[in-house]
Amino acid sequence: MARELKLMKGNEAIAEAAIRAGADAYFGYPITPQSEVIEYLMAEKPHERTGKVVLQAESEVAAINMVYGAAGAGKRVWTSSSSPGISLKQEGISYIAGAELPCVILNVVRGGPGLGTIQPSQADYFQSVKGGGHGDYRLIVLAPSSVQEMADYVVDAFDLAFKYRNPVLILSDGVIGQMMEKVYLIEQRPRLTDEEIKQRYAWATTGKKDGTERRVITSLALKADEMEAHNIHLQKKYAEIEANEVRFEEFQCDDAEYVFVAYGSSARVCQKAVQLARSKGIKAGLLRLITLFPFPKAEIGRLTGQVKGMLAVEMSSGQMIEDVKLAVNGRIKAEHFGRFGGNIPTPDEVVNALETQIIGG
Amino acid sequence: MLAKDIIKPENLVYQKTKLMTDNVLSYCPGCGHGTAHRITMEVLEEMGIGEETIGVAPVGCSVLAYEFMNIDMQQAAHGRAPAVATGIKRCYPEKFVFTYQGDGDLAAIGTAETIHACNRGENITIIFVNNGIYGMTGGQMAPTTLPGMRSSTSPYGRDVDMMGNPLKMTELVAQLPGTSFVSRQAVHTPKHVRKAKKAIRQAFELQKQKKGTTFVEIVSNCNSGWKMTPVQANKWMEENMFPFYPLGDIKVPE
Ligand SMILES: Cc1ncc(C[n+]2csc(CCOP(=O)(O)OP(=O)(O)O)c2C)c(N)n1
Ligand code: SF4
Ligand SMILES: [Mg+2]
Repeated sequence: MARELKLMKGNEAIAEAAIRAGADAYFGYPITPQSEVIEYLMAEKPHERTGKVVLQAESEVAAINMVYGAAGAGKRVWTSSSSPGISLKQEGISYIAGAELPCVILNVVRGGPGLGTIQPSQADYFQSVKGGGHGDYRLIVLAPSSVQEMADYVVDAFDLAFKYRNPVLILSDGVIGQMMEKVYLIEQRPRLTDEEIKQRYAWATTGKKDGTERRVITSLALKADEMEAHNIHLQKKYAEIEANEVRFEEFQCDDAEYVFVAYGSSARVCQKAVQLARSKGIKAGLLRLITLFPFPKAEIGRLTGQVKGMLAVEMSSGQMIEDVKLAVNGRIKAEHFGRFGGNIPTPDEVVNALETQIIGG
Repeated sequence: MLAKDIIKPENLVYQKTKLMTDNVLSYCPGCGHGTAHRITMEVLEEMGIGEETIGVAPVGCSVLAYEFMNIDMQQAAHGRAPAVATGIKRCYPEKFVFTYQGDGDLAAIGTAETIHACNRGENITIIFVNNGIYGMTGGQMAPTTLPGMRSSTSPYGRDVDMMGNPLKMTELVAQLPGTSFVSRQAVHTPKHVRKAKKAIRQAFELQKQKKGTTFVEIVSNCNSGWKMTPVQANKWMEENMFPFYPLGDIKVPE
């Protein structure tokens, strides 16, 4: 079937793809560099196209709680923001994880801390993969590195969210959100009818029919034993996600002696750095992470039997490197290289870092 | 005479609504929450809309409302019930959605969500139980605590110069174009219960007619937090709370 080809910004592509994925609702609040998401949605009138609800909330806090309500009633719902706004959503995300509700959250990351900068960054890695809000929980975290993947991953994200009844975070950044690339779009998928939702999601609060048990969406368990049991259940789910959903991509790793480990925009830079390194006679490869949780521990472990060193490249002062080092477990040299605060590393800087920190270091 | 001889269909003058579960209420004896729950559920039953209603109860003494209200329920974060209700109602405009919030919840941490839901005219019903205190956390000062009133965080009485003035959220939301019906009631005597129930009924009837946000405040007691007996608390409420928070309809549809 011919897929539609368009030239779009990452933020627009994900908004369009979410409509086509059959999303029922979006709640958001403007913040650079992701305001195009809600602007695009409002301009597209999805309520007329598919019946999808789009609402500009009074804050990110309100938006994530609107997501909670709609998700608790079985709807495919999503929200987007950028770093400061994502910080505000954390209490709500923790509740959503605790109550085991499916939803999709997009973070188009900008530089921090604080108000920081509107320039791109990857400094929200810890917040994304280590919890972010309070309590023992995990998000499934997908990291697109192109406009095409912004469109593709939102479709996957909804599927994963419902498969595991777990929030899925799409961790993007200001580069991917703002840049324009060509993108193939899927055909419109129908939204589920209310009847289908009732049939599929017995847990959803769609109104208690006489003679049936009432449904309760909650993250509360006042008794310690109950809360512990709920936590054990959550941990089992996370283990299952780790066993089944690890995703990554490798470029020229077959004969590589050194690999870059990167995701998102940094992975794009590293692809160029691989070419540059090889032109200098260095056998470099790239492990591009697609899922940040679950983290591709086993693949990194496998690569330590093949390569001499790894350079984790990230637009932060060194967050993902901690997980890389855990997976490497001291077997080979692994170091971090980053530009941050809104800066993007160049391929030259990356190759130079490989030469000085790993090969010569 | 044994209970089984008395409890017969022909002697029945009153029956607990099916929309309340048989779980034992966790509220302190004399607390108004139980009555407020019951009349809300009675209204849903009498209107025949229990199967089409989703309730939202945020943090506060009534966080366990879902143990007592026998309908589909969502527990919400502190202050966020109007946003959660917005999410549900926007996706299910034909269902009935209500929030059941305390004064700390609605008038402090959730002020923004409350005002904006009312201002957008979300077609939901807000039941606001104002006991002038944070009951659940042990009797701290609420935004609604009266001037001079003691609480664990205003142990010498609320000093308005230092702690600010009590907030009349009900009068405030009545100003907003999105609300169609705003009323203040009480539930400590049978007469008040009847009036409060009438107001809640009207609120849900207007929701049915898609008239925007309907808002019913119930001025209530918290004998534990106020450190009074239930009887003292009700008397104190009449003498002190009602003059500051006068009962009656504040806004009715034209
Ligand atoms: C974010 C957050 N802050 C604080 C609390 C603690 N807390 C729970 S209930 C409550 C106050 C409840 O008071 P109110 O809404 O008046 O309800 P009441 O118990 O009096 O009925 C507070 C402060 C919380 N659960 N979450
Ligand atoms: S603490 Fe106060 S509000 Fe809570 S149940 Fe007891 S009397 Fe009611
Ligand atoms: Mg209170």
